[in-house]
Amino acid sequence: MALPQTKQDVTEARLSTLDMPQGASWANALRENALSRLRAAGLPDRRDEYWKYTRPETLVQAQGPEAALFEVDEEAELFGDVERLQIVFVDGVFDAEASDDLIGENVKIERLAEVSQTDIHWAKDLYGVLETRGQTPVARPLATLNTAMATDGVMIHATGKVSKAIHLVYHHKSTSSDAILHHLVKLEDGADLTIFESGPAAARFNKVMEVDIADTARFNHVRKQGRDHERVAVTHIFARLGRESAFKSFTLTANGVMTRNECVIELTGDDSVAHVAGAAVGDGDFHHDDTVFITHDAERCESRQVFKKVLRNGATGVFQGKILVKAGAQKTDGYQISQSLLLDGDSQFLAKPELEIYADDVICSHGSTSGAIDEEGLFYMRARGIPESTATDLLTLAFLAEAVQEVEDEGLREDINSRLSGWLERRRG
Amino acid sequence: MLEIKNLHVDLEEEDKTILKGVNLTVEAGKVHAIMGPNGSGKSTLSYVLSGKDGYEVTGGQATLNGDDLLDMEPEERAAAGLFLAFQYPVEIPGVGNMTFLRTAMNAQRKARGEDELSAAEFLKLVREKAKTLKIDAEMLKRPVNVGFSGGEKKRNEVLQMAMLEPKMCILDETDSGLDVDAMKLVAEGVNALRDAGRGFLVITHYQRLLDHIKPDVVHIMANGRIIKSGGPELAVEVENNGYADILAEVA
Repeated sequence: MALPQTKQDVTEARLSTLDMPQGASWANALRENALSRLRAAGLPDRRDEYWKYTRPETLVQAQGPEAALFEVDEEAELFGDVERLQIVFVDGVFDAEASDDLIGENVKIERLAEVSQTDIHWAKDLYGVLETRGQTPVARPLATLNTAMATDGVMIHATGKVSKAIHLVYHHKSTSSDAILHHLVKLEDGADLTIFESGPAAARFNKVMEVDIADTARFNHVRKQGRDHERVAVTHIFARLGRESAFKSFTLTANGVMTRNECVIELTGDDSVAHVAGAAVGDGDFHHDDTVFITHDAERCESRQVFKKVLRNGATGVFQGKILVKAGAQKTDGYQISQSLLLDGDSQFLAKPELEIYADDVICSHGSTSGAIDEEGLFYMRARGIPESTATDLLTLAFLAEAVQEVEDEGLREDINSRLSGWLERRRG
Repeated sequence: MLEIKNLHVDLEEEDKTILKGVNLTVEAGKVHAIMGPNGSGKSTLSYVLSGKDGYEVTGGQATLNGDDLLDMEPEERAAAGLFLAFQYPVEIPGVGNMTFLRTAMNAQRKARGEDELSAAEFLKLVREKAKTLKIDAEMLKRPVNVGFSGGEKKRNEVLQMAMLEPKMCILDETDSGLDVDAMKLVAEGVNALRDAGRGFLVITHYQRLLDHIKPDVVHIMANGRIIKSGGPELAVEVENNGYADILAEVA
């Protein structure tokens, strides 16, 4: 089927601003392949069902909107207390000076920009593979664009327990930056790796992370998207899980005029576990979209989606979450919850929870709610002497707790809660 | 301590008058009880005094140690020393009982210009008070009232009262939903707090609670007014004869 002309035009306009990086023949071939897939699919527009609740214009247009830099206050680094190896990108450009040496125990860390120049590398069998698999049944053309055009990223190969977390730090220093990064993470049998991500990255950011998790390996991911108000971002995580493996991902988002976080997970080995969670707080010109697609294709796997949003002053939250249980994926345990707390009548939450089940012996539950602060609870707290603003904040944090609880590290959970209460306090009265 | 003069209250949502001129004075060191049939306005009185939304005061006044209660926010009334033990304590998922209690205590202390309690001081105090009310550490850790039995919820109310040390305590049907043993435990908790500087207003349907918390004065409330006041013997009379006789007598 030929692509509508308008879609072709938008796609070509976007491509005209980009130069495909050149490297080894395998890398060039994978990029060319992605480019032709992108031209076949076209970039998303408002008529696409998958973009019904989020307008893709700023993410697809040739030039991204400018984004003012955020005045960083004295706020301590979120992951400050955890031993970690930092890899710094400034507006999508690797900053060797600010980064630690890319050396760790049981792990090999390289950069896409370098790896793609070498003739032999494991990346050639993984780059774009999970992204391609993630294109069915729903197309994700912005991820395909990323595979074709990403200028850099990290290639992480974990072969055992990696003692230090790897922290990808994304600074935003140019008001007109447009960054495309593509990370590959490969965990061998029994490997155990934690990745942190933090920062706004660029005025416009398109990021893909492909995560291949072999049998019994564990992948843990905690991300904080920067507080810059005007930045726009589209991110994709594509993960494939082997037998008895685990994937955990949590995202904290405060501010950001446009964010679309997609997470596409395939449980392909028996007894594997995938949890993906997010807490987002938005004020005013804020649009946050969590789009999740989890496929159960093995027995006795567990998946959890826990997404909570606090919205005020006309902010918009979107959740599109799907659990697909394939025939034969018996004893699946799937759970999905998406909730919003609307702090005023101007904000809105749009949710599309979906279950599609082809196995007959499964437990799947889902729920989606949208509501205001509990007046009874508020009065009870005030009647005990807690001022209204403090009581409201406590109830708001309590609302977010189920998502924050998905972070395993207790100290990190406390830090996240103090971030959230700081955000709430700054918006009082 | 608590002085209520000619208090008139309407429901905001519907055009309905609930309190039609309540007069009541509770002195420090005394326990007053209010009894009365359903719909007489007893619970409304407790909500209006503690500052719940949905009620409109159309006349009269209420003061606590001379300060105008009706002019204050609910949290200011609490800091001024007013405490309402709820008939139905509210469940607050996600907020730990300890966090709740400590936040409340320190907010009140701060509002009164007192030093906040340290974590260690608070912990010592709460453990001591919880023990006498048979509230275990696990209950303290749970979210406020979530999954608590009726008895546990009421014990938790008394624990809050013991910790916050209010000057004026209003108990709204604290006996509802309690078995005899639970009622004894709650009553013991309340009795332990009786002292010369503290006033109590105990709202109840039944004389049973008043066997355990002995009142100095008993008021009968009907149709938005206090229609009769007397000693503890008035509660016994109600228990034996119901409200009909008293209602007929004043009519």
